[in-house]
Amino acid sequence: MLRISFWLQRLGQLLVVLLLVTFGVSLLLRLIPVDLATILLPVASEEERVILRTELGFDKGPIGYYLQWLGNFVQGDFGKIYFSGGTENVSDHLKAAMPRSLLLMVYTQILALSIAIPLGVLSAYRAGRRADKIISNSLFALSSIPNFAIALLLIIFIGVKLAWLPTLGYAPLADGVWEHFKYMIMPVISLSVGLITTYTRLLRADMIAALREDYVTMAASKGLSDRRILWRHVLRPSSVTLMTSAALSMGGLIGGAIVIESIFATYGVGFEVFAAIAGRQYVAMQSTVAVIALFYVFFNLVVDISSGFIDPRTRDRRVNA
Amino acid sequence: MSSLLSVKDMSINFDTPRGSLEAVRGVDIEIPAGMSVGIVGESGSGKTVMCRAAMGLLQGSNVKRSGTVVFDGHELTAMTKEQVRDLFGSGMAMIFQDPMTALNPVRRIGSQLSEGLRLRLGMSKADALARSKELLELVRIPNAAAVMKSFPYQLSGGMRQRVMIAIAIACNPKLLFADEPTTALDVTVQAQILQLLRELREDLKMSMVLVTHDLGVVAGNTDYVAVMYAGEIVEYAPTTKLFADMRMPYTKALLESIPKIDHKSGTRLDVIEGRLPNPTDRGAGCSFAPRCKFAKEKCHEEHPELKRDPDGHLYRCWFPIGEAL
Ligand SMILES: Nc1ncnc2c1ncn2[C@@H]1O[C@H](COP(=O)(O)OP(=O)(O)OP(=O)(O)O)[C@@H](O)[C@H]1O
Ligand code: SF4
Ligand SMILES: [Mg+2]
Repeated sequence: MLRISFWLQRLGQLLVVLLLVTFGVSLLLRLIPVDLATILLPVASEEERVILRTELGFDKGPIGYYLQWLGNFVQGDFGKIYFSGGTENVSDHLKAAMPRSLLLMVYTQILALSIAIPLGVLSAYRAGRRADKIISNSLFALSSIPNFAIALLLIIFIGVKLAWLPTLGYAPLADGVWEHFKYMIMPVISLSVGLITTYTRLLRADMIAALREDYVTMAASKGLSDRRILWRHVLRPSSVTLMTSAALSMGGLIGGAIVIESIFATYGVGFEVFAAIAGRQYVAMQSTVAVIALFYVFFNLVVDISSGFIDPRTRDRRVNA
Repeated sequence: MSSLLSVKDMSINFDTPRGSLEAVRGVDIEIPAGMSVGIVGESGSGKTVMCRAAMGLLQGSNVKRSGTVVFDGHELTAMTKEQVRDLFGSGMAMIFQDPMTALNPVRRIGSQLSEGLRLRLGMSKADALARSKELLELVRIPNAAAVMKSFPYQLSGGMRQRVMIAIAIACNPKLLFADEPTTALDVTVQAQILQLLRELREDLKMSMVLVTHDLGVVAGNTDYVAVMYAGEIVEYAPTTKLFADMRMPYTKALLESIPKIDHKSGTRLDVIEGRLPNPTDRGAGCSFAPRCKFAKEKCHEEHPELKRDPDGHLYRCWFPIGEAL
């Protein structure tokens, strides 16, 4: 009972966040001191622009406009992209871009976590010793290279000099797994490097703290091996921060991989935002940002749910709170 | 009498930012097979560090150890970590001071209890779980089946301590270190846990090292007592002998100061005037001198050696009680 009310409350909070974010973007749009209809239809007649204004609600106040946009949005009508030859649906663009971004995000997370977790465990276990220092220093060096620079280095060496991988474009899974991965490897590596550093540091710090706990000595006194203690007894209670950070960066990867998506022409959601801004497609921008916000909120919920599994105490704290 | 555990000249130092901290200084102690030995001393006197060091459980790169530990014919201090580990569970086991922090917060009781059985005794999962339930019943936990599925935070302090005892005795150890098994519990539960330990010791024929800050606990539960002060053993005698004929002024002060426990906060109050000497900077003389009613000039200048009465009673004092001055 109490648990249900906790989740209802949490959903309510997230809904409010969504409304505030989308309304904020909407308001910003209306604050631009130009006529939006002129920007969207630069070479149209005044009549056509009048029609567009009423169609999109530009003639209403900011709240009226927002409500109209929201009504369309929840029904799946994300608006249109306007160009000289006609219009395209934003939802069609997102339908193409979303799987690219989602896959990019999933691969990046898998790669980053599968490298960061062993590194974090090892450097916490060997804290202050040579292995730890080597790991920290290498990660520090790597993290000082921005991800677009890594992308460019990969393109130059792996893409151009060695010609192992294509440097531009995207192939869906339907074209074959290897074909698909050929296009994904370099963007995924570029996006992972920064995350690996962050994740390793978070896990290392939490694990070092956990390794000082009595329950670790207790586990040792049962005659368990160090390996078992690290992986079975210490990793899980130390991974709440890591998992939170990972889940939140999922939202960031969906809409925020703008640079990498542009460099490799992966054309995911990040690129859609970039294109909407560059092309002054304000309605498209508003809807795309709203979709990204939806993902953020969704991954926030994932954090809440999964932290209850990682540490059962949080589950009951919720009930008691 | 053969001794099950014999610790010789053990010293433990921690490197700290404030210098080297001498937690244990030249401790010699024998635990005779089948006996229960109490270790008494104020908070910070080095009881926990000594027990953990004896078992080889002190972790960390800032620890410096010296001395030898022989357990049941094995010289632990000459063995690898892996070899020592093989003695855990069925050789030595430990009950930890605080049952709240010594159980893994995110794992169910059943898995924490059965783990040792499977790994150390090679039981199948089903057997280990069945045996775990029996062990919980053995330590008098009502509805053991439900407790198996619980997380530590869902149990009361007394229940958690019982679980910890069950884990410690799971593989039938020869020697059980009980590090203040009752300090974190309230008085009625304390008595129950001590009773349980007495019975288990009888049934399982375990030797025990019972650490406590309370001489009252020592009285009914131990055959020998070692009194620790500032990292040293300052008096050692059979329990009845110690209470009948105390030599060390510190032990007397400890006895006279009825342990007061602040039940609301659970913290102990200072029971003897003054505090332990700074562990990173021990003076030259007797460690107890600044607080000792009998201290003379010599006490401040020369460190007393351990003296042995003909009956085996050991003490570390220039002017022991009951000696003509
Ligand atoms: N890992 C460590 N690093 C540095 N100092 C430590 C460490 N562990 C213990 N000490 C110090 O060693 C001394 C002895 O501590 P110990 O825990 O053995 O005392 P104790 O007799 O068990 O006290 P209590 O009754 O409070 O449990 C204390 O001064 C403590 O601060
Ligand atoms: S040596 Fe001196 S100061 Fe130390 S306990 Fe004995 S009488 Fe007291
Ligand atoms: Mg202690």
